[in-house]
Amino acid sequence: MGIVNDLMDDGLGALSHNVITARVETLINWARSRSSWPANFGLACCAIEMMATGGAHYDISRFGMEVFRASPRQADIMIVAGRLSQKMAPVLRQVYDQMMEPKWVISMGVCASSGGMFNNYALVQGVDQVVPVDVYAPGCPPSPETLLHAIETLHQHIEDGQILRRRSETGAGANVHVREIPSSGQPVPVLLGNR
Amino acid sequence: MVVRTSEGEQELKPRSQVGAAELLREVGAVLRMSETEAAQLGDLSATGDADLDSDQTMIINMGPQHPSTHGVLRLMLELEGETVLRCKPIIGYLHTGMEKTGEQLTYFQGGTNVTRMDYLSPFFNELVFSMATEKLLGIDGDIPDRATWIRMLMCELNRMASHLLFLATNGMDLGAVSMMIYGWREREEVLRFFQKVTGLRMNHNYIRPGGVAADLPPGWRDDVLALLDLLPERLAEYDTLMTGQPIWRDRLQGVGQITPTEAIALGATGPVLRSTGVEWDLRRGQPYLRYPEVEFDVVVGSYGDAFDRYAIRLNEVRESMRIVRQVLDLMPAGDYRIQDKKVTPPPRARIDESMEALIHHFKIFTEGFKVPEGEVYMAIESPRGELGCYIASDGSAKPYRMHVRGPSFVNIQCLPHMMRGGLVADAVAVISSVDPVLGDVDR
Amino acid sequence: MSAADVTGDDRPEVDDAPAERYGCLVEERLGQVVLHAPRDGYLAAAKAITDDGFTMCVDLTAADYLGHPGRRLPDGVRAERFEVVVNFLDMAAARRVRVRVQVPADDPTLPTLFDLHPGTEAMEREVFDMFGITFTDHPDMTRILMPEDWEGHPLRKDYAVGSIPVQFKGTN
Repeated sequence: MGIVNDLMDDGLGALSHNVITARVETLINWARSRSSWPANFGLACCAIEMMATGGAHYDISRFGMEVFRASPRQADIMIVAGRLSQKMAPVLRQVYDQMMEPKWVISMGVCASSGGMFNNYALVQGVDQVVPVDVYAPGCPPSPETLLHAIETLHQHIEDGQILRRRSETGAGANVHVREIPSSGQPVPVLLGNR
Repeated sequence: MVVRTSEGEQELKPRSQVGAAELLREVGAVLRMSETEAAQLGDLSATGDADLDSDQTMIINMGPQHPSTHGVLRLMLELEGETVLRCKPIIGYLHTGMEKTGEQLTYFQGGTNVTRMDYLSPFFNELVFSMATEKLLGIDGDIPDRATWIRMLMCELNRMASHLLFLATNGMDLGAVSMMIYGWREREEVLRFFQKVTGLRMNHNYIRPGGVAADLPPGWRDDVLALLDLLPERLAEYDTLMTGQPIWRDRLQGVGQITPTEAIALGATGPVLRSTGVEWDLRRGQPYLRYPEVEFDVVVGSYGDAFDRYAIRLNEVRESMRIVRQVLDLMPAGDYRIQDKKVTPPPRARIDESMEALIHHFKIFTEGFKVPEGEVYMAIESPRGELGCYIASDGSAKPYRMHVRGPSFVNIQCLPHMMRGGLVADAVAVISSVDPVLGDVDR
Repeated sequence: MSAADVTGDDRPEVDDAPAERYGCLVEERLGQVVLHAPRDGYLAAAKAITDDGFTMCVDLTAADYLGHPGRRLPDGVRAERFEVVVNFLDMAAARRVRVRVQVPADDPTLPTLFDLHPGTEAMEREVFDMFGITFTDHPDMTRILMPEDWEGHPLRKDYAVGSIPVQFKGTN
């Protein structure tokens, strides 16, 4: 309100101490990191710790993330919390593909990061076999503090712009494009893929 | 890359592809009904139109990723308008091959594997596995008193934590989102105590064959008393928020009803069975640990609906608090694990002093202890129902076959029967009232 | 009944003649009653057990004894590769009984208990999925835990664990 009064009194001259110049990208990254909405992808025990992080004690809402979006189309971050079984892997990929750019993935827990203690036929040994992961949070399950650290690491990377830079270098993950298949007259599904 | 998520044969087939017998079965007509009852049930339409074809009903898919917080359960519902006609749960999205992994780990390591099955009540998984191992070893009568009472204390606290989580998720599923925050607030207190005792908030690997992993820390009595002083008034608040509230009652009473015969026929146990009026609780019916020495009531419902299941679990928190209070007084001094050198590792300090202790430690942690040949089935009452562990041993250090009877795996079979004839909006309430844990279902 | 004994069958033994009940050989191990049912008498035994008050079928599972063929069985029971283990519970009398049936590898089928106990539907599907034992007349004999197009039955002993060698990325 002070600024508004100053403006009304002195016009644009009143703004002399209140101007910050920055790149638009910085502003966008600043905003993105502080209101990234997670997509609901709790699988097993880590999901319980993820919910605990959303609870009153650890309060993920401090970081703007308490709205766990049910629809992946409305989400930015997918926290894969728990062990990914072979049956669930296509579902994970489908949900990831539905998310809009820019999107990030936190792999929460050792089972999501590497298969954990279950090195067997039933689990995918690390969700990075299926989706590109940005931050890995170790623990079995990671305590909410670990998850918050992972989230803050991701936020830091978003703010620095490192992620988009890194991805354009390696060509991984964040660039989803649609590829047209030569039509054979039959109805063809739309393929979503990476370069 | 086209992502295929169809599970083919496991899914609910449209009406046109399904024979009459299978249609009736999917609505539960095999549940010991007479022919006339089955014929009445054969009229699957809510509008009285007995001749529904495929395009008048709609098959929708719920999950496996959906906001209801019960994990990766996939439900295919056949709807006529808003009424659920058939329902088929498709599971396996969290299958971890734990029973196969259990055959690769020694009995000492088995607790780490088993504890992650029903991840909301990890102590119970560890307890049933340890009890089965001890039975095979023949040391089940020699477990020190203190170890048994510590086990009881931790299990009852875990029951409280699990039921608090049920109250939280049940509330959230029905729209009382603040209940989610309250339930987790209470649970944090219990988890803090667990962290103090076992070192971990979840998946503790604390109850091991022979006793428990470590003694209770000094000052534990004060912590538990603080917890017990905190909870009753909070539970009274939940009573005000939920139990007496008209919206809550309207949403839960009469929803997801199941009769005692059906529950028994489907193998349901735990609060699902007790809500129908069957007074069966393994802590009283086939007692284990020291449950005969503590006073508590078995909470039983009468209508078999979702409200009864909610009320049972709320009151079971109170009963568990009663048990914990008695355990506080009755906790004896003594060893926290059996002193059998072949089974339990020596205390760390002894390893520096005694060669024998070092060798025992080494053997137990690398090879594991050998368990005599045999097979056993032990069952306990977990917050979800009867949790059983069947171990077949071939005399080596690893179980030959380890199978855990998960209560949620069997309770999920009740879902089609409970949802039939109800509304889609009640489907979430029904799932929530059964309180499945998918780690237990899929293992 | 000690605090650690879960089964506690308090009924007096029938007599010391051939221990047989419901057409099965009886064995008492670790305080638990185990019945060894012949494969063709399995369904009849299950029916008799259910009629005798064991109203709930608590658990139905199986074991593959390929790696342990010399296990201890009473005389008169021929060991086969697979064994199906069924647990029954009588709530009124608080007693349990366990039935073990030997199932040969060349013909891994068994009649279903679904008509007696609808709760065995999911359990039998799991046994089919994990071991390949088919239950005849089961209404829905499909896989339940593994994806539909999975090949092999994971809990069989000749099915490998499927572990990958742990390696460190970035090194050769």
